[in-house]
Amino acid sequence: MASSRSSGHRYVAWWFVAPALLVIGVFFVLPVVAALAISLTDFDIYALADLSNLRIVGFRNYVELLQRPLFWQALGNTLYFVVVGVPLSLGASLGAALLLNSKLARFRPFFRTALFAPVVTTVVAVAVIWRYLLATRYGWLNYALGTLGIAPVDWLGDPHFAMPAIILFAVWKNFGYNMIILLAGLQNIPEELYEAARIDGASAFERLRFVTLPMLAPILSIVAILTVAGYFQLFAEPYVMTQGGPLQSTLSVLYLMYEEGFKWWNLGSASAVAFLLFILIFGVTAVQTRFARTEFAR
Amino acid sequence: MIVPKPAALVVNGVLASASIVVLFPLLWMLAASFMAPGEASTYPPPLVPAHPTLANYRELFAHAGMGRYLANSVLLAVAATALSLVFNVMAGYAFAKLRFRGREQLFRLMLGALVIPGQVAMVPLFLLLKHMGLVNTYGGVIVPALASIFGIFLVRQYALSIPDELLEAARIDGASEWKIFVAIVVPLLSPIIVTLAVFTLLGTWNDFMWPLIVLSDQNLYTLPVALASLSREHVQDNELMMAGAVLTTLPVLIVFLSLQRYYMQGLMMGAVKG
Amino acid sequence: MSLRGSARRVVAALALVLLACLASACSRQASDVTTVRFWAMGREGEVVTALLPEFERTHPTVRVVVQQLPWTAAHEKLLTAFAGDSTPDIAQLGNTWIPEFVALGALAPLDAAIAKSSVDPADYFPGIWNTNIVGGRAFGVPWYVDTRLLFYRRDILDAAGIHAAPTSWPEWTRALAAIKAHAAPDRYAILLPLNEVEPLLALALQQDDPLLRDGGRYGNFESAGFRRALSFYVDMFRQGFAPPVTSSQLSNVWNEFGRGTFAFYISGPWNIGEFERRLPAALQGAWATAPLPGPDGPGASTAGGSSLVVFEKSPAKDAAWQLVEYLSRPDVELRFREMTGDLPPRRSAWRDPALAADAHARAFREQLERVKPTPKVPEWERIADEMRNVAERAARGEWTVDEAARELDARANRILEKRRWMLARMARG
Repeated sequence: MASSRSSGHRYVAWWFVAPALLVIGVFFVLPVVAALAISLTDFDIYALADLSNLRIVGFRNYVELLQRPLFWQALGNTLYFVVVGVPLSLGASLGAALLLNSKLARFRPFFRTALFAPVVTTVVAVAVIWRYLLATRYGWLNYALGTLGIAPVDWLGDPHFAMPAIILFAVWKNFGYNMIILLAGLQNIPEELYEAARIDGASAFERLRFVTLPMLAPILSIVAILTVAGYFQLFAEPYVMTQGGPLQSTLSVLYLMYEEGFKWWNLGSASAVAFLLFILIFGVTAVQTRFARTEFAR
Repeated sequence: MIVPKPAALVVNGVLASASIVVLFPLLWMLAASFMAPGEASTYPPPLVPAHPTLANYRELFAHAGMGRYLANSVLLAVAATALSLVFNVMAGYAFAKLRFRGREQLFRLMLGALVIPGQVAMVPLFLLLKHMGLVNTYGGVIVPALASIFGIFLVRQYALSIPDELLEAARIDGASEWKIFVAIVVPLLSPIIVTLAVFTLLGTWNDFMWPLIVLSDQNLYTLPVALASLSREHVQDNELMMAGAVLTTLPVLIVFLSLQRYYMQGLMMGAVKG
Repeated sequence: MSLRGSARRVVAALALVLLACLASACSRQASDVTTVRFWAMGREGEVVTALLPEFERTHPTVRVVVQQLPWTAAHEKLLTAFAGDSTPDIAQLGNTWIPEFVALGALAPLDAAIAKSSVDPADYFPGIWNTNIVGGRAFGVPWYVDTRLLFYRRDILDAAGIHAAPTSWPEWTRALAAIKAHAAPDRYAILLPLNEVEPLLALALQQDDPLLRDGGRYGNFESAGFRRALSFYVDMFRQGFAPPVTSSQLSNVWNEFGRGTFAFYISGPWNIGEFERRLPAALQGAWATAPLPGPDGPGASTAGGSSLVVFEKSPAKDAAWQLVEYLSRPDVELRFREMTGDLPPRRSAWRDPALAADAHARAFREQLERVKPTPKVPEWERIADEMRNVAERAARGEWTVDEAARELDARANRILEKRRWMLARMARG
């Protein structure tokens, strides 16, 4: 009796997981495997029109990419975005979370919602707003800088300022997300720890340094890993705000993939770009995870 | 009354000014959307419209076809959310509570696949959908969103807390697995279902890259794709674009504000997944 | 939450969605009215709708649905549509893109339809008609012509002591220097937007050296001719005659031209209408157009413009051709010109008294006698894009002219690799 029920049970379970697994298998796993295969061919618009125009080229797409200055520039731009953007973003999240967690703060739900609001907005729509806030002549940002006596900056037109402008935008858009997660982490820190520290005569700064941050470290490192992986996938911001310019200074790796693939229809080399990005994200995530593990092991 | 401590003044002052800075772009978007054409491009930039007008909205609906894009976005977001909820909740529950061979290995494999960025799959996915005749259809936009590993994970974590005794008792009473799922499990999971619904709804509404690739017929455009296209065409028409941005962001902001509690909950659960 | 209710609601929603998907897929067929899907770009897409009621009145069984594409995304949208088997029935296509879409087999040949119709090839400017011919067959009908020449502020030139538009490079350089010497520091002699390749392209087409060599197998950008054109172009930035900006950086090109931020602007015919509409009345007498100066005397310019094409996969080719024929009627071309400022490609349309008397258009009429097409290889659009990228770097001083030319050759050769392979394979049989 028991055994017959559990065998039926087992059979039924597959019916529950099959639809989701089918979708994931057909529309995600299969394409990822196919992408690896396509990246070894010169699949382009001619091959799309007539498959006899397809050649298997081995790793040539990868080799050519690694020799192309544009790829390195896209990689450099993306790293710039990650290396500057992630710490700024995390700093803003942590600062806001600490303030919101302060017992002195009032109207907490209001402030929390206000600071979180940009996260749920549509990237394309708010990028359109920011394009005007950043406008050289009539933009608010230059107006604000002007009142401080700073000359107008051509934010989106000057190759030196376009990426900082996009980073500023991304931090504004995203910091609320991690803020909420860190806030939850802060609220989980037992009050007794602070009490004990206070009795030991620790100052507010020392309590932050020796109680809050160590207790928050595990969640902070998870948040950092996820944010890095997310920031590597920069695309919509430059697509709407700068179209990758000026001088391709905001062209990201993913933007390069889009251009190679869906603008010029070099699907082979686009797949190679996607895989290189994947390897990069995977590598960085692995290093971060390893680092976090050894940190906590101590 | 007690005079507030200086520290309290600092904390609340910083919070208040940060909120103003953060909300400013959104508030200005709203204000500029009611300005007359050209008004926003004056120096110094105006804060509020001199003569508030609905002309930009009228223009968007009458000439730019915004009504159509709005309907597309609503249809696609609702459909993708409804369908993916069914798939993800069923699978998430099974991974938590139904025993089958290879369950743990499969689950771990899926978690591992989370590190693969979705963009890797885009090129072959396009070719696949082309063969299925789904390029440039609503179906082509929805299909990849039908199931998500993250959604399954979220449901599974929540479903783990359902007591086994409850399910066993129902089985002894002779209830079928499907009946148990519908009558017992779904009600117990309803908080996480709402959370996942909000997540999926916002995610599909805001999605840009995939609809941009898969849709070529303007009549099928979603709001973000249409807005990006309009903004390339109407670079000079600031106020019109602001009205378009309001139409695109306001619905998600309203959904978020009304279901905030569930959204935040899911966010915190999701963060623990690492 | 009642659970029965919610389950039922989910099922109902599901059914609804499936129905909606099915309905949208099926609603295309049926009824005796043929729907023609017409993709047009930018301003043309906006105004062409005004020409359609008459067409639909005279062709009651045809209904036209216009989709407007932004110019900056048009090429990729059309390729995506081809890749996804969702091309429209008829489209406006930049005439330099025609070889590419012909190579893909995306366009329907039109010779038979042309022979039976009122479209008379001999009535078109030969250089422009020629851009639609690939392998001896016609794949498009020119809709309007576009070539680039000088727009200039006569008052600013006068003030700098230049009393006639330059006709050669040395005269032009003298004029630029005089204007710059005369101007305030934030003013310039000429605007060459870095996001447009056409000004440089026109200068390059004035040279005897072709842009590609060996039957379009390799780039020819290290030739003396191209390097001469590039250094003339780059010098205009180096000397401070032109500001290194893209057109999206100027919040409004027409206002800046009105303010006198620059005196020369290399642009196309659509700007005749824009300047007439957007510049204040007081300035209307102050601006003029002139043919593009060449190295030593009046020079060539680009044979640009858009053609109307019919797609091979279209189920409504006949109706689409009827629309092409209607839009190509001289009287319709003239109405179109009134709305857009786009210049008609047919000589008979130019005999219209209003057009013949238009002082701003006259320079274009003259320039059209000296237009040259770009190389007819499918990869041209990508090569032109690289030309723009490379020229921007050279203009901003990152690369010397020789470095830029070498780099452009390298990029063009890489792009043409597949073409070389396909040509070699064809030669083998």
